[in-house]
Amino acid sequence: MKILVPVKRVIDYNVKPRVKADGTGVDLANVKMSMNPFDEIAVEEAIRIKEAGKAEEIVAVSVGPAKAQDTLRTALAMGADRAILIETDAEVEPLAVAKILKAIVAEENPGLVILGKQAIDDDSNQTGQMLAALLGRPQGTFASKVEIDGDHVAVTREVDGGLETVKLSLPAIVTTDLRLNEPRYASLPNIMKAKKKQLDVKTAADYGVDIAPRLKTLKVSEPPVRVAGVKVADVDALVAKLKELGVA
Amino acid sequence: MKTLVWVEHDNASVKDATLHTVTAAAKLGEVHLLVAGSGCRAAAEAAAKIAGVAKVHVADNAAYEHALAENVAPLIVELMGHHDAFLAPATTTGKNVAPRVAALLDVMQLSDILSVEGEKTFTRPIYAGNAIATVESSDAKLVITVRGTAFEKAAAEGGSAAIEDVAGAGDAGLSSFVGAELAKSERPELTSAKVIVSGGRALKDSETFEQYIMPLADKLGAAVGASRAAVDAGYVPNDYQVGQTGKIVAPEVYIAVGISGAIQHLAGMKDSKTIIAINKDEDAPIFQVADVGLVADLFSAVPELTGKL
Ligand SMILES: Cc1cc2nc3c(=O)[nH]c(=O)nc-3n(C[C@H](O)[C@H](O)[C@H](O)COP(=O)(O)OP(=O)(O)OC[C@H]3O[C@@H](n4cnc5c(N)ncnc54)[C@H](O)[C@@H]3O)c2cc1C
Ligand SMILES: Nc1ncnc2c1ncn2[C@@H]1O[C@H](COP(=O)(O)O)[C@@H](O)[C@H]1O
Repeated sequence: MKILVPVKRVIDYNVKPRVKADGTGVDLANVKMSMNPFDEIAVEEAIRIKEAGKAEEIVAVSVGPAKAQDTLRTALAMGADRAILIETDAEVEPLAVAKILKAIVAEENPGLVILGKQAIDDDSNQTGQMLAALLGRPQGTFASKVEIDGDHVAVTREVDGGLETVKLSLPAIVTTDLRLNEPRYASLPNIMKAKKKQLDVKTAADYGVDIAPRLKTLKVSEPPVRVAGVKVADVDALVAKLKELGVA
Repeated sequence: MKTLVWVEHDNASVKDATLHTVTAAAKLGEVHLLVAGSGCRAAAEAAAKIAGVAKVHVADNAAYEHALAENVAPLIVELMGHHDAFLAPATTTGKNVAPRVAALLDVMQLSDILSVEGEKTFTRPIYAGNAIATVESSDAKLVITVRGTAFEKAAAEGGSAAIEDVAGAGDAGLSSFVGAELAKSERPELTSAKVIVSGGRALKDSETFEQYIMPLADKLGAAVGASRAAVDAGYVPNDYQVGQTGKIVAPEVYIAVGISGAIQHLAGMKDSKTIIAINKDEDAPIFQVADVGLVADLFSAVPELTGKL
């Protein structure tokens, strides 16, 4: 079985995003960029499945600028075998990413596609579900456990009330949640090796996919700011505050 | 515009998340509901009483019992033949189902909307709520998930909508439900609680979390939340996580105990009316958003506080 892992290059999760003064977006100039954390979890899961002898090849895919090659190299250094960059400087919406992935699935025929549940920049939480819909395949979203058993996969999902397990027929789409695994760090030798692994660069047009956006961003603004309040001296003062608020 | 709202229910009653979503839908036009489930007549009758609802579609079929996206998405797509917008609450169910519907309709979903600015214009948070985008859709139909804390609840009583049965294709044969481990708690639900006490990594382990956080929550009649670090370390189950990638809450009072205030945590609670923080580090970022801060060791401060309430 082959596993496809889509990885997105996003602002590093440790960076506090700043809205541009002209209200057109978030300032990404000279900001540290990294692989979307949920996608690291997806890469890790694919590697573990391969290590367990249940997959032969892991292909990482990214839709993004030339710099997204760095993100793909990270995936290769972790243990992916091969990578594909769909290069574009445009911001590609989840629906269009899903259409590109669908075309890649048609070529690569993976048994599993493992995506992150959410990209921490657009916070859309859509791409995996959309890909599953376009392919007419089952989806195991927000996974905290993935168990392959013959031609099925059991996915334990993090849901609002706790956990839920579903059984999907393969091929299937899985999206990762935080508790699925702890991604490994790439070792220095593996980072060196990754430089020699195959990385193909293509465009959306190669797959005949129209990436024109459906949503127009009219404005990006700062959320209402909260100002720090008071510090109280001791527990008695805190009790008084809670009484004032009517909760105690 | 005719809207179709996904009803979150337990077959007998309607969950609050639905009521917030109805308010958002009513800003767009006529509100129709979809109750999909198995033996869900009582939920449909409860849904028909929600104020402002014109019609309730009921799809009662074993295949819809667990809201498997593979089964319910085609049903919704069918109903979207005569509706203009589909709205689901941004719950794990809504987030699972809505994008599947959107892709089948070939439209881009609007995730987690905060406001309705016009027929096709909405605001939504991006970058963990550190920016708010105003976006306009160019699609013929709309698919939307709604952030509950951003919209008031519609009145649960007062309506008398017509109930109409819909068939739907049933089981798509792609997936099946195996089981669930759902937390049972006497405490209020996180997303509708008036007061929340949340604990972070500082609580050390599950026993300590239980010993320090629960009595305080009980005194205040509060729901209990947690940071990702506390969930990852196994102090509490995953459904306690508040944040960018967990639950979004906005109670009257949010008490953060031993939580540093990472942007991913703030994303889930900074719309709380009053934020109270207890942290031993006076420079912890949580104090930058807290209305009331107490710099103290939680292991002495929390028991003292619980005792004095
Ligand atoms: C993709 C991604 C998604 C994420 N999503 C979320 C999310 O949804 N929700 C979330 O919460 N986090 C999320 N995080 C994690 C987030 O970045 C932080 O790591 C996390 O919130 C930290 O949890 P914490 O505040 O409990 O722990 P820490 O940051 O370790 O803070 C512990 C705090 O306790 C204080 N403390 C220690 N001992 C005591 C004591 N005895 N008395 C009083 N105070 C004490 C310390 O001063 C410190 O401020 C996410 C991260 C990533 C990468
Ligand atoms: N541009 C992209 N390139 C590769 N993968 C992506 C891209 N956008 C989204 N994804 C995948 O889809 C997941 C969910 O993203 P989103 O739907 O944007 O929140 C991410 O975690 C990635 O696995």
